[in-house]
Formats: sequence, C-alpha cells, structure tokens
Amino acid sequence: MTTFIIRRLFWTIPVILLVILLTFTMMRQIQGNPFRKSERAVPEAVQRNLERKFNLDKPWYLQYAYYVKGVATYDLGPSLVLRGRTVNDIVEEHFPVSIELGLYAFLFALITGVPLGMIAALRHNTALDYGAMFFSNVGHAVPSFLVATLLIYFFALQWGDVTGLPTSGWSSWEHKILPSIALGLGPMALFARLVRGTMLETLQQDYVRTARAKGLHYRRVVGLHVLRNSLIPVVTAAGPLLGFIITGSFIIELIFNVPGIGQYFVTAVNARDYSVVMGLTVLLSVIVIGANLVVDILYGILDPRTRDART
Amino acid sequence: MALLEVRNLATHFFTREGTVRAVDGVSFALEPGKTLGIVGESGSGKSVTALSIMGLIPKPPAEIVSGDVLFEGRDLTKLSEKQLEDVRGREIAMIFQDPMTSLNPTLTIGTQITETIRRHYDVPKQQARKKAVELLEEVQIPRAADRLDDYPHRFSGGMRQRVMIAIALSCDPKLLIADEPTTALDVTVQAAVLDLLDDLRQAHEMAMILITHDMGVVAESADDIVVMYGGQIVEHASVNDLFDRPEHPYTEALLGALPQIEGEGIRTGRLTAIPGRPPDLKNPPPACRFAPRCPYANANDSCATVIPELREIRKDHWVRTAHPACERAGAREPEKVQA
Repeated sequence: MTTFIIRRLFWTIPVILLVILLTFTMMRQIQGNPFRKSERAVPEAVQRNLERKFNLDKPWYLQYAYYVKGVATYDLGPSLVLRGRTVNDIVEEHFPVSIELGLYAFLFALITGVPLGMIAALRHNTALDYGAMFFSNVGHAVPSFLVATLLIYFFALQWGDVTGLPTSGWSSWEHKILPSIALGLGPMALFARLVRGTMLETLQQDYVRTARAKGLHYRRVVGLHVLRNSLIPVVTAAGPLLGFIITGSFIIELIFNVPGIGQYFVTAVNARDYSVVMGLTVLLSVIVIGANLVVDILYGILDPRTRDART
Repeated sequence: MALLEVRNLATHFFTREGTVRAVDGVSFALEPGKTLGIVGESGSGKSVTALSIMGLIPKPPAEIVSGDVLFEGRDLTKLSEKQLEDVRGREIAMIFQDPMTSLNPTLTIGTQITETIRRHYDVPKQQARKKAVELLEEVQIPRAADRLDDYPHRFSGGMRQRVMIAIALSCDPKLLIADEPTTALDVTVQAAVLDLLDDLRQAHEMAMILITHDMGVVAESADDIVVMYGGQIVEHASVNDLFDRPEHPYTEALLGALPQIEGEGIRTGRLTAIPGRPPDLKNPPPACRFAPRCPYANANDSCATVIPELREIRKDHWVRTAHPACERAGAREPEKVQA
C-alpha cells in the first residue's frame, strides 16, 4: 500500500506539468494581453517595460520554465492586473473559503444522499422509493442558482424569523447553511440515485443470500454485506465530484456573497490575468488529483481484489 | 419422528406475466442422518423447494401459498423472520451452486466463518477463530491457519466451495441443504467435494438434502430420491429401487441420459436425450405435466384430461403417471414422440 501511494504521488508531478502546459497554451491562444486593453491604454514604452518585467517578451518555453520553477517553490507570481497583490495572497485569502463551502456541500450530499438511496433500494417499488427518487430527480434537474434563490426566499426571508438564517455572507455558521445546501443538492441527488442502483444490484448477489442463509440479522446483512459492496461505485464517483463541487461553486458564491475563489477565477480569465488563472488552475488540479488519490486508497480498503492487483 | 416433513408445499411466483407455479404440491419426509436426493432439470422447482424450506424465497414476487414445512415438529412457514434467522445456519445450513459468487468478495473468509459462529453462539472472537481454523482443516484446506485472513478471490472454485461447506458446518446443523454443490466445479473436483460432503455428513450426524440435475451425483450418497418435474414430484423411492426399477417415463429418460462407463449394463452408442422442453409453469399442461414429452402418452388415453395422483405402486415407491413401467411391461414398445 505504501509503495502504491508513493508511486501515485510521483505520478502527480508529470500530470501537474501537463496541466500547466495546457493551461499556459490555452491562455495564450485566447488573443489579448493584460496590458493591451483599450480602456487602460498605456504608452508604448510603458507596455514594453511591463512586458519585460513579467517576462512576456521572452519565448513561450522560457515563460513556461520560469512558471514551473515558481510553482515548485510555491511562488505563483504577482497578479498582472490587480496591482500590489500576488496570486499567493489571493489564494491564501479566498481559497480556504471555497474549500470550506465545497466540503460542507459535499458532506451534506453524502449524509443525505446515501441514506436516501439506501431507503429507496430497501423499499424498492414502494411509495417511499418513488418519493425518494422524485425528490432526487428534482434535485438533479433544478439548477443550483434557482435552488439558491428559492432557499433564500423561503428560509431567509419568508420564514427568517423562525429559522434565523441570513440571506448572504460568510461570517457565522448560520451563514454557511443555505449555500452548502444549495451547492450540495445536485450531488446529493446523484449519490441517492447511484446508491439506489448499486444497492438494488447488490441485494441480488449470491453472497447476500449466503449471508441470510447463515442466519445473520437483517441489519448486519444490509449494513455490512450489502452496503460495503454498494459503496464502491459511490466512492469512485465521489472523487471527481469533490473537485467539481469546489471549483463549481462560482454561482453559489456570487448569490450568497461568499468571499470564495470562484469570482476571481472568472474575472481573471476575462482580464487575461495569466498568473491568477494559472495559479488557480494548478491548485484545483492538485485538489482533483488529491481527491482521486484518496478514492484509490479507499477503493483498496473497500475492495480487496484491487489490492492484490497493484502492490 | 421425521427430522423434516414437507407437506403439500406450493410456492408460486406472482409476476406481471402471470403466476408461475414453481413448486406445486410437494411432500416428502427426511429422517435424521439420512440423505435425500432431489433430481430434476432446471426449472423443475428443486431449488425453490429448498429456498422455501429456508424461508429464503424472494418475496415479492414469490410466496408460499400453501403447505407446511415441519422441522422437528415446528412449522417453519409460520415462523417470524426473526425466529427463522435463529434456525438458519444453526439448525439448517445451506450451500449453493456457484462458489465463485456465493462468498462476499470484500470480507476475509475468516470473517465470513466467524460471523456465523458468533451469530449463533456467544463466544469470544479468538475462540471463534480457533473453531474456524479447525473447520477449514476439516474441509481439507491446506495451511488453514494462514489462509484465514485471505479474501475469497485468492481461492479456486473448489476451495471456495470447501469454505462454504465449512461455514455450513460451523454451527453443527441437523440438516444440510446442498443445492447443486458441484455443478459449477471442474469435473475433477466434483467427486472430491461430493466425497467430502458425504464424509462430513456422517461425521457430524447430519441429514442432507442433495439437489442436483445429475443422477450420477445422487447414486452413491443418497438414501432416497425424489424426482421432480414441472414443480411436482413425479417419483419417490429408495435409491436402489429407483435405479433398479424406475417407473416414471421421465425417470427412465433421465437414467437413459446418464453415461455408464463401467459395471454391468454398460451402454454403447449414443446417450439418449429427452425430446421437447420443460413445461411452461405459467401455463402447465392441463393434466399430466409430462404428457407432451411422454413416449407412452397418446391422444386416446387420459393423460391430457385426468391429473395423475402420486400413488404407491409398491411399498415405498411412489410415482405420478398413468404409464408406470411395471404396468406396461412388455405390453407395448415405446412410441416415438411426434415432433
């Protein structure tokens, strides 16, 4: 197991290098330049100086090399647009908020979605099953900005006196409830449907019949024999989803006025703020890679067959 | 008193396409320490009979619609699920056809054995593990103590079936139901597993129900044989009587499909196949279920109109047909079935 993890960690290095290269190329493919905007017209000479300062006059491979060197020493460079701020500042200030929001949403999705799917599967073809699946289909289909708006309208405005929930902000735990639910509802629906499907399949397995033939209590049959095998596909889906939730919170952050990283991401692309875009992309890819690594490790714990295949 | 007495058991599957009468009025009794073979083709109702005894039929769509399953005088069909859980594994154990899928791939075999022991006996973990090692040794798994913490995928099919047998034996049940225990195994392994089963049955003084579609499997180890066809028992006799003097045309056909490579009565030439296909149990033939495939039935007799009863044609030999061999002896030659 340890060798497996170490090897996987080594593999992240070329992956990150490739991510940097791709982002780098794509950003250069979009025409434009952080300093060449009509509304911020600067004299020719000043622009030259700026380009020289940020190495934009060098060939692309040198720029790439400089950047990689920066990343390796955790120096993501200065923002090209926001004067006096480095990418490190932006990341350190706003990234933890996005991660926090993403984790809460993810936990909400996991804690509600998995039991919902279990109930639906164990009460297959009953009103409970149909109800749970209707709820999760709606949760899956309704876009998060609409969910967010409705949540604010009902829970913060209409019933605000009872719930005491604020409409926006991020300063106390009350502020964190509605955005987490709004962001987690879609993934919750996904988990519920996934768990229901795999659980229905697992319930049909011969080894579940064996477990029952041994006289095991229903609770143990479901809780150990069925659930453990049903969770394998869920874990597979959860890794990439975690990355998606953290990166995909832009709209929710905007609606609830959460000081996360999402807004920087979008404005930076429009402003051609190369270093901010690069820095955030690299960071997010590190998170996705990390999440997938955790998934692979969990996979080995849940399914012993994969352990033999890779030591 | 019989250990197990099944009386007029009927298990039906209520599906959207109609009611499947998978088991339709099955009765038999089993004495302690004896082996009953249940023989029949796929879909004859033998596995559903076994699952009905255990209370393991999939509900819905299946339902026991009538009959009793008396185990030591207790009617298992009247027990609650909780009471049944106490019987399963402890009083009646079962092993299944496919050892590759019958063990949980994510738990060690040690766990899967000890959880059974600890479910029925209040013993500490270490003692249960010790017992598990003894059981694995008993089913002849080499290096038993080392293999306790292995997962099922590291075992071959034959070894997995031995693990299943160890699990079944773990609580010293009085009855072991083996549902096609060797069907999924290599031919070379089949005989070894069957011998092991029979030895263990004797050592543990268990009764056994051995379900198979292979007459050869039950020939050596069974005391009595029940032949099932279309959800019903068509012949029931002691093993010797059944092999020496089969009465039902279906039993004769099954024996005719058995290759014989040694001893008297050695057959040469091709094995005979049974023409036609098993009855559709949603719409079974109106009277005798074997009539459409029976070489002795013809348009003029009662086979299509009168339901044949299971009758005792001589002492302890029961048969359900209008044309038992002893009544037609020499009377006429079997006619060929119309295509």
